Amino acid sequence: MALLEVKDLHARVEEKEILRGLNLTINPGEVHAIMGPNGSGKSTLSYVLAGKDDYEVTGGSATLEGEDLLELEPDERAAKGLFLAFQYPIEIPGVASMTFLRTAVNAVRKKRGEEELSTPDFLRLVREKAKELSINQDMLKRPVNVGFSGGEKKRNEILQMAMLEPKMCVLDETDSGLDIDALKIVADGVNRLRAKNRGFLVITHYQRLLDHIVPDVVHVMAKGRIVRTGGPELAHELEAKGYAGYENAA
Amino acid sequence: MNAEVKIMRTAAEMAYTDALSALPANEPVRALREKALRLFTEKGLPHRRVEEWKYTDLRALIREMPPLARGADKAAIAEAKKSAVLAKIGAREITFVNGAFVAELSDLEAIEKGLSIRTLGDALKRSADVAALLAKINPNKYDAVFALNTAALNEGVVIEVAPGAQIAKPIHIRHVVTGTAPVSVFGRALVTVGTKAQATIVQSHTGPDAVAYQTNTVLQLSLADDAELDIVRVQAEGDKAIHLSMMIGAIGEESRFRSFALTTGAAVSRHTVPFAYAGKDARALIAGATLLRGKQHADVTLEVDHALPGGESRELFKTVLDDETRGVFQGLIIVRPDAQKTDGRMMSASLLLGENAEMDNKPELEIFADDVQCAHGATTGALDDDLMFYLRARGIPKKEAESLLIQSFFGEAIETIQNEKIQESVMARAAKWLGERSVK
Repeated sequence: MALLEVKDLHARVEEKEILRGLNLTINPGEVHAIMGPNGSGKSTLSYVLAGKDDYEVTGGSATLEGEDLLELEPDERAAKGLFLAFQYPIEIPGVASMTFLRTAVNAVRKKRGEEELSTPDFLRLVREKAKELSINQDMLKRPVNVGFSGGEKKRNEILQMAMLEPKMCVLDETDSGLDIDALKIVADGVNRLRAKNRGFLVITHYQRLLDHIVPDVVHVMAKGRIVRTGGPELAHELEAKGYAGYENAA
Repeated sequence: MNAEVKIMRTAAEMAYTDALSALPANEPVRALREKALRLFTEKGLPHRRVEEWKYTDLRALIREMPPLARGADKAAIAEAKKSAVLAKIGAREITFVNGAFVAELSDLEAIEKGLSIRTLGDALKRSADVAALLAKINPNKYDAVFALNTAALNEGVVIEVAPGAQIAKPIHIRHVVTGTAPVSVFGRALVTVGTKAQATIVQSHTGPDAVAYQTNTVLQLSLADDAELDIVRVQAEGDKAIHLSMMIGAIGEESRFRSFALTTGAAVSRHTVPFAYAGKDARALIAGATLLRGKQHADVTLEVDHALPGGESRELFKTVLDDETRGVFQGLIIVRPDAQKTDGRMMSASLLLGENAEMDNKPELEIFADDVQCAHGATTGALDDDLMFYLRARGIPKKEAESLLIQSFFGEAIETIQNEKIQESVMARAAKWLGERSVK
C-alpha cells in the first residue's frame, strides 16, 4: 500500500484556489522532491497535509496508509505519523524546548498506544539525537526557537522529527536561510532518518539541497499541480534551465 | 430656587452603617472607627461615577450586606482544618476562621528572635503603639472601602520584624471562611520590617463556593531603610464571594520589596494597592496573575507614588479571561518633582480566551520630574493561531496546547516569586485552574 496518496487535491485560501488537482503517490522508503517556482503551491500542499485551519480543501483526497488524513485534527495527523518541518519554525516564548519536546513525544506515544517515556529515558534519547544534530544542551533549556539562529531553528525541526519517529516526513523549504555547513548538518540528520518504512517529501526551490538528500523521484509543480515527474537528473536540468518553461505549463 | 440634595442610600449601605455602629466599642480605636463610619455613611459605596471605580461599580454589585461573621465555632474550625492552601511551603501558619484568630490552627511556638506576631485584638489591649500606627492612616486618605474596613477594625494580625532580623521561614496568614450562610468578614494585617531586616509573608483567602459572603481585608506594610520583604497573596475565595482587598505600602531608603498576587477566586474582586516610596533608592516589584472563568469580575488598581529620588518600580500583571469574565487593570505611576532618576516600568498583558470576555486597561503616568525613565504597556489578545498550529502539528492535542501557551503567558509573572517552594505551590494552583478548564 502507498504510504501517502494524494488524489486530485483542490484547496484554496480565502477565495484563491491554490491546489488545482494535485496527484502524488509516495511508497514506504521513498524520497520524493517537489520543486517549482514561487507561488506554485508547494507550501500550501505541506500545510494542507498537516491540517492548517486557513486552508480549505474543496476536492480530492489525501490518505496516509489508506486512512483519510483530511478528516483528522493536526495533532491526530502527527500521531498517525505525519510530520511537517516548517519553513519558518515558530518561536514560543515561555515554553522551554525540553518541556515542549517531552509533551509532544508523550502525547504522540499515548495516541499510538505506547507507554510514555520516563524522564531518564527521555533525557537519554534527547541527548543522543541532539548530539547527532550538533544541538547543545543549552539550546534546549531556552524557550522553543526563541533567539535561535536560522540554522538552529532548522536543526531543531529535525530534532523534533527524530524524536517523534514519523512515517511520512514533509520538509518545507528546509534549505531556506541555511549556509552550506548548516545545510550539511540538516541533510545528514535527514539521511540518518531514511528507512525502508519511512517516506520523505522534500519541498525546495533549489537543487542544492538535493545534492545532499538524494531523492528517488523529482516532481515539478506549477500552478497547483504536478506537471512533470522524473529521476534525480530532473533537478539538475531545472537548475540549468530554470522554471521558465513550466510557468505556463499548467 | 433652593434644592435640597438628599442622598439616597442603598439597602446594603444602610446595613453596613447599622451593623458597624452596633459593634462593641474597642476603646483604643473607637474614635478612629467612628470617624471612619461617618465617612463611609457620607460617601456610600463607590460607584461608576467615582473615577477610580468606573469599571467596578460596587454600589450596583453589592446589593446587600450579609451579617457580620460571629467567629469560629468547633464545626467551623473542623471545616477550616480541611482547607489546605499552600500547605507544603514550610511556612509558619497563622489562621483566621471567619475573621477570628484560631490558636489551634496557628503556630506561635518557638518564634524566631526578632520576630513578633500578635493578634490585633491582643495588641490593641496591650500597646498604644498599634492604635497609633492604625490612626496614622486617616480614613479619608483612601476610598470608602478602606473607611469601611477601618470602621470595622477589631481583629487581625500584627507582625513586627526587629531591625537586623532575618526571618527565613515564611509566615502564612490564612483567612478561611466556612459554612453555608453568607457572612461579612473584615480583617487588618499590620506588617513592619525594621532596618536591614528581612521576611517573607504569604496571605491566602479561601472559602466555600455557592455562598455569597464578603471579605474586606487590608494589609498595611511598612519597610524601614534597607529592609527587604516578599509578599505572596493567593486569593482563592469561593465562586459567589465578594472580595475587597488593599495592600498599602510605604518603603524606606534602599529597601527592597517584592509582591505577587494570584487571583482565581470570588465573583467580584478588587485589589487596590496604594504604594509609596518613603525613602530614596528603594526598589519594588508588584506582580500578579489573574485567572478568571464563568462570569467573574476582577479589578486590580495600583497607585505607585515616587516622592523621592532614585526609586525603581516594576509592575507586571497577567490576566487570563475565559468565558464571560471581566478584568480591570488600572495602574498609575506618580513621579513627584523630587523623585529624579526614578525608573518605573508597568506592564499589563491580558489573554482573552472567551469570546465574551472583556478587559479594561487604564495605565497612567503622572510625571513632575524631568530626569526619569518611565514606561507602561498594555496588551490584549487571543491565543495565537500560528503557535497553536505549530504545537498541534507536533502531536499536542488542543487542550494541552492551549494549556502550554496559557501557562507560558502567566508563568512569567509567577516566576517573579523568589522563594522556590512558594513559586512551585503557586504554579501548581495555577496549573490546577488550567486543568479544570473546558475546551470549546
